[in-house]
Amino acid sequence: MTDFLNSTDRLDMPAGETVEVRPLDWEMLHRRLIDADDPPIWRSLEELSESPEFFDSLHREFPRQASEWTDPTSRRQFLKLMGASLGLAGLGISGCIRQPEEKIVPYVRQPEDMVPGKPKYYATCTTLGGFATGVLVESHLGRPTKIEGNPDHPASLGATDAFAQASILSLYDPDRSQTVMHSGRISTWGEFLTAMTAQMVDRRRENGSGLAILTETITSPTLANQLQSLRRDLAEAQWFQYEPISRDNVRAGARLAFGEDVTTVYNFEKADIILSLDAEFLVGMPGSLRYCRDFIDRRRVAETSASSAESANKMNRLYAVESMPGLTGAQADHRLPMRAGDVELFTRILAKELGAVPSSQALDLPSEVSRDWLDAVVDDLQTHATRSLVIAGEGQPAIVHALVHVMNRQLKNVGQTVEYLAPVEAEPVDQLQSLTTLVDQMRSGRVQTLIVLGGNPIYNTPGELKFAEAYEQVKFRVHLSHEFDETSFASDWHIPKAHELECWSDARAFDGTTTIQQPQIAPLYEGRSDHELLSVMAGHPEQLAYQTVQHYWKTRLGADDFERTWRKAVHDGIVAGTRSEPRSPEWKFADQTRPDVGTDSKSSSPLGITWEITFGPDPTIWDGRFANNGWLQELPKPITKLTWDNAALISPRTAHRLSINNHDVLEVERNGRSISVPAWIVPGQPDDSIAISFGYGRSRSGRIGTGAGVNAFALRAAESAWFESGVDVRQTGRKYPLSVTQNHHSMEGRDLVQVGTIAQFQQNPEFISHDRRHPEEQSTLYPKAATAENAWGMAIDQTACVGCNACVVACQAENNIPIVGKEQVRIGREMHWLRIDRYYRGGLESPDTCFQPVMCVHCENAPCELVCPVAATVHSHEGLNQMVYNRCVGTRYCSNNCPYKVRRFNFLDDTGEMGYDGDHAPTLSLMRNPDVTVRSRGVMEKCTYCIQRINTAKIEAQMQNRPVKDGEIVTACQQVCPARAITFGNLNDRRSDVAKVKTSPLNYSLLAELNALPRTTHLARIRNPHPMLAGPATNDTPSLEPFPPIDRVKFGAEETGRVSLQSNGHVEAPTRFGGSAGVSSSQIQNAIAHGNSDRLEGS
Amino acid sequence: MSRRKRGKSRDVTNPTVADEPALVSIRTPAPVLEPGHTFGSVTDKISSIVLTRQTSRGWIVGFAISFTLMMAFLYATAYLLARGIGIWGTTIPVGWAFPIVNFVWWIGIGHAGTLISAVLLLLHQEWRTSINRFAEAMTLFAVSCAGLFPLLHMGRPWVFYWMIPYPNTMDLWPNFRSPLVWDVFAVSTYFTVSILFWYMGLIPDLATLRDRTRNRFAQVVYGMMAFGWRGSAAHWQRYEVAYLLLAGLATPLVVSVHSIVGMDFATGIVPGWHTTFSPPFFVAGAIFSGFAMVMTLMIPLRSIYGLQDFVTMRHLDNMAKVILATGSMMFYGYASELFFAYYSGNQYERYVTLNRVLGPYGWSYWGLIACNVVFPQLFWSRRMRQSIPVLFMVSVIVNVGMWLERFIIVVISLHRDFLPSAWRNYHPTIWDYTHLVGSIGLFFTLLFLFVRLLPVISIFELRSLVHETDEEA
Repeated sequence: MTDFLNSTDRLDMPAGETVEVRPLDWEMLHRRLIDADDPPIWRSLEELSESPEFFDSLHREFPRQASEWTDPTSRRQFLKLMGASLGLAGLGISGCIRQPEEKIVPYVRQPEDMVPGKPKYYATCTTLGGFATGVLVESHLGRPTKIEGNPDHPASLGATDAFAQASILSLYDPDRSQTVMHSGRISTWGEFLTAMTAQMVDRRRENGSGLAILTETITSPTLANQLQSLRRDLAEAQWFQYEPISRDNVRAGARLAFGEDVTTVYNFEKADIILSLDAEFLVGMPGSLRYCRDFIDRRRVAETSASSAESANKMNRLYAVESMPGLTGAQADHRLPMRAGDVELFTRILAKELGAVPSSQALDLPSEVSRDWLDAVVDDLQTHATRSLVIAGEGQPAIVHALVHVMNRQLKNVGQTVEYLAPVEAEPVDQLQSLTTLVDQMRSGRVQTLIVLGGNPIYNTPGELKFAEAYEQVKFRVHLSHEFDETSFASDWHIPKAHELECWSDARAFDGTTTIQQPQIAPLYEGRSDHELLSVMAGHPEQLAYQTVQHYWKTRLGADDFERTWRKAVHDGIVAGTRSEPRSPEWKFADQTRPDVGTDSKSSSPLGITWEITFGPDPTIWDGRFANNGWLQELPKPITKLTWDNAALISPRTAHRLSINNHDVLEVERNGRSISVPAWIVPGQPDDSIAISFGYGRSRSGRIGTGAGVNAFALRAAESAWFESGVDVRQTGRKYPLSVTQNHHSMEGRDLVQVGTIAQFQQNPEFISHDRRHPEEQSTLYPKAATAENAWGMAIDQTACVGCNACVVACQAENNIPIVGKEQVRIGREMHWLRIDRYYRGGLESPDTCFQPVMCVHCENAPCELVCPVAATVHSHEGLNQMVYNRCVGTRYCSNNCPYKVRRFNFLDDTGEMGYDGDHAPTLSLMRNPDVTVRSRGVMEKCTYCIQRINTAKIEAQMQNRPVKDGEIVTACQQVCPARAITFGNLNDRRSDVAKVKTSPLNYSLLAELNALPRTTHLARIRNPHPMLAGPATNDTPSLEPFPPIDRVKFGAEETGRVSLQSNGHVEAPTRFGGSAGVSSSQIQNAIAHGNSDRLEGS
Repeated sequence: MSRRKRGKSRDVTNPTVADEPALVSIRTPAPVLEPGHTFGSVTDKISSIVLTRQTSRGWIVGFAISFTLMMAFLYATAYLLARGIGIWGTTIPVGWAFPIVNFVWWIGIGHAGTLISAVLLLLHQEWRTSINRFAEAMTLFAVSCAGLFPLLHMGRPWVFYWMIPYPNTMDLWPNFRSPLVWDVFAVSTYFTVSILFWYMGLIPDLATLRDRTRNRFAQVVYGMMAFGWRGSAAHWQRYEVAYLLLAGLATPLVVSVHSIVGMDFATGIVPGWHTTFSPPFFVAGAIFSGFAMVMTLMIPLRSIYGLQDFVTMRHLDNMAKVILATGSMMFYGYASELFFAYYSGNQYERYVTLNRVLGPYGWSYWGLIACNVVFPQLFWSRRMRQSIPVLFMVSVIVNVGMWLERFIIVVISLHRDFLPSAWRNYHPTIWDYTHLVGSIGLFFTLLFLFVRLLPVISIFELRSLVHETDEEA
């Protein structure tokens, strides 16, 4: 409580003034205390006499400090804190403000649009890597509870990614930093202001020399303006930028091609042929939500039978070259695993073949590529000039990006599928260069004051740079961050940072469109924003972020009619007309063919293998900023299904040759720096290549993030490459248990994910057997439920699902789904109502990856309902399979009897045991969706089709005396899906979207033969392979069973038949596999025959 | 062939050629009561175990061990209630594991009692007399152990009564379609009838104990428990009628209880559960394991308390034959499972069957075949049926085998069903084992108390055998 009061008292101390203890005051104080009619509250005489804060606080009570009362902020602060102190005195909760204080008291006169229990939505944005996604935040009485995409925002179109969904948990994270810290001690903002102001006085005297600011990538115009004006003010001050998941290569590639910075955006809706060179454009890239939507819209061609014939021509085709299995490769019609180092060579060859670069040099194809493959790509790209698209990944060197620009020009794609815009980033720099310069300057003692705005450089800079050592040299280190993290620990001052949902700011999307970020709640933990800190540095500590942002936009939008435009911009979540203007950059690219391409120095490990290591952002916790986000930690990574850890991904063949099993700990060493990391075998990983994701191995995070996984940044070289050749890999003989949510990856010959090609579909749209599509209803003992006005149903398009996991987190956020922790996931007790099953088809080297979202399918003949002894799971007249939590006694019979295994059981009070529930962390109870019950221990739960949303819409409709309109009910998973793979609605309404989708010949019931009649059906996955390249012949991948040693079943699971034979032949050819190992000797021999013999030696 | 020959060689009492077959040989071997006993000697011998014998050191040690295990059970249960069933290895997809395995196993063991008492009574198999009391007690204790598991395995055991159809203000009834509700009825009825039947049989003996004890306290307690039994002709007449009626009532329960437990599985659509032959198969298995358990317990008991005269080789021989017969039924069941998995053409059934045999838990299947099919074959040999160590060993093995069988049905069927993405192996935790071993402790604690405090063999029924055997002699 004292910190609390202190912070108030200190809040608005005039800049530069320090507290002086005057002996005279001591006596005066005595007098005052004795004379006062109403003695002030104090705790003990000792404290009274010793604490300088106390004096200060006493001063504040005197009328001569009347400034407190004229400044609206501090009065507010003062009243808030006094109120909070009184209100929370008995609760012992300090530093926690439940909700905006003006709502603690019921309204005397309630605002017209305020209905308790009815959420309101506010537009704002979330950022990743500096780039904004427009969102709408659902707010219940001032508490933001859920994030939805902003349909008007070009980077969202109504969708969000998993990170944005989970940021609501980051907001309420009980482990967020809650107080200002000074050298490891709790301090106050007031004290910081004093110190900072004194520091700035020094720096100002030297015209900013010795002052440095380190930020992450900044697109915020206001922040950039602040930084620039600070630099104008203090000419010697420096601004450095570093983002661990950097786009340096993209920027450098553009400079190489054009000599200037441009932002490239892609129009996937116009692209017929797409070639991805190690680019993960479906997730994580700026604009990837938009790209995903556009890309998938061009694949959603066979949904309805009517338009099939002519639409089929328009289905796009994706070729993906990948150095580690990702979502883009999973979606590709032709995926080629390739060591990252070989991509450059491949790009050069491709550029030559396309005639984009004149080169007489003879280049040998990398061993991974067959001639046919290259020919098919070249043929496709050339025949689809102006409608093709080549795109390179951020991990690939600048030259690849430059070549890609040239190829796109050669293919006349510029202006069609590729567009160049003025740079979106406020100040595009080579961030690695920027960081290196900073480290050099710190080391040489030229930086006296370093302000780190966000980021965590001690943790996430390349290990070889030794940032931490250099940081020590700086005299005055300030770190503004959400967590008290590694960098905070090494800093003099740590200032808690306000969450994106707590402060005013602005940010730009991938195409430059700007969103005003408006706060949804007052800072829970006294966090400050970047703007406020910069205002302090500029000498205006009293300036609020709101004023800063508004002031900036007043200059941008013009003062006339500002109020209206401003309100509209804030309301819409978009500032109109802020998209970056198009550029037509000059072409400056000269062929820079290097002779050494493809023959880079390869050192050998003791096993005689040249290992390559590839780094990447983690699919769930990114660069470590989400490490303490339980939802993201427990989110199964799309391809590996790993949770709570990162791992060294290796290919099955490499693993087989070196007898590496899953969970084996490998030691990966490069130039004397080494990390020990458990291995995980992933089909589709290039051979002799290890992929490790960043973000793990945090040493100072909260109770969730600390200690999980291995820090891959430590291994990264100073040049911050995304891949390196010549690392040493050793087995340590140790094992480390990894937690995965899916242990079995083969369909075992069952036709669970129906897959067909577009050619097959055109030939016979009915290629899925009739039994699957329209399972004959078999008779049952029990009467059929009466039909109602509404019959809710869902369809999931497996062509569209890219496996991005956004729906999983959205479901978790919407339905208050708990996390259970690594140990519980390891034994199979994860609680996600919606899971994305991932199966492989085809060989182990480069299998086709299928995603199948599975949640409760709401069977009409639900096997679970029959067996519940207490009727806790019952059928509604609208076809929902309802779960009555209060009635559930927890026999788990329903789960046993559920063929889809979608029911989740609260085995323990996990969150309570982890100290991660409302009892232990009060903020978490603020986060809960008030419309959804929080389940207790011993109770079964499962997908409800978001029944709270159904009922809200029904009530609304009933009040207006009309039926529920199609599209009025949007489930959480449906709403968030960037690919719009999920359709939901009323099946009895023939004009509803879902009813239409379900008429598609691709629609089928999962496990139809069980007569459960699921209301959720799946649409077959349609692919568009090049006719010259045969697709995978088999429908299934031999299971990876030999690797987890506990599972050793091997037998031909397909003897049982159930092969759908149609006029056009096999859809799912039966597979028979045997042998004791996952990689059969014949497969290895095939590989040798394909020219990989050099790699196979030494096994 | 050899059997026939053997019958012939021992066929001395009946020279009639027409009656030559083996039928006779069954009637004649070792008597159900060794000759030379009088009413008095029988009463003395049996009541002395309770009334006059010193509490032996063996009893104290055995009781102490059992009691310790029971305490472990209680500790584990307290921990379970405090933290939730997550302390077990139970997970998704294996939502039922050790507790249900233990439940079915104990229920099976609890079968022999009523079968021996009621069914054999109705069939006039008088050899049952020496073992029925003990078998009934065993049934009660086994059903008690069994009954705990379904309660404990619930997520919220404190609301177990919601499964009982009781009138309530919410007008909520259990779901009568669910076999778990049938289970509640079946098990509770079985337990109630078993306890009535057992207690009723005890009344004349309790009166005997009341009359013979010199301890005032025991007199009062036994006297109260004997309900004023005086042994009058009217008493006996009513007793006989009531006993027969109860026997008639109990007989269908023998079939119903385990049939319904079988339906718990058969009703589910889980491949490996969903078979119509589950109910009879479960009943046969229950008799199999029940007799094995009676044998396991009877063999040490008769030697410790010198009851060889009352529980003779004839009894053991008969029980061995029942084990052999039901064991063969089990074998038939296993074989037909394999056949029907193949014959059904259902890929899930096939997979689950192959997974049982060759999957990660294949060891349990082969263990089961060894325990339940191979070892009982020893009982074809008369010599083996006469060998106490063999009988004891095989009966223990059969008990282990039956536990494995339930493990296979419950766990292996669940761990890999329809969608391979959900497949997962099951790993029991220390608490699973504690509850299994602890329940055995509970069972033996009750059994030790029973042996010490009540006549383990029905005195009055044995006395009637004295008369019959005297006549025969």
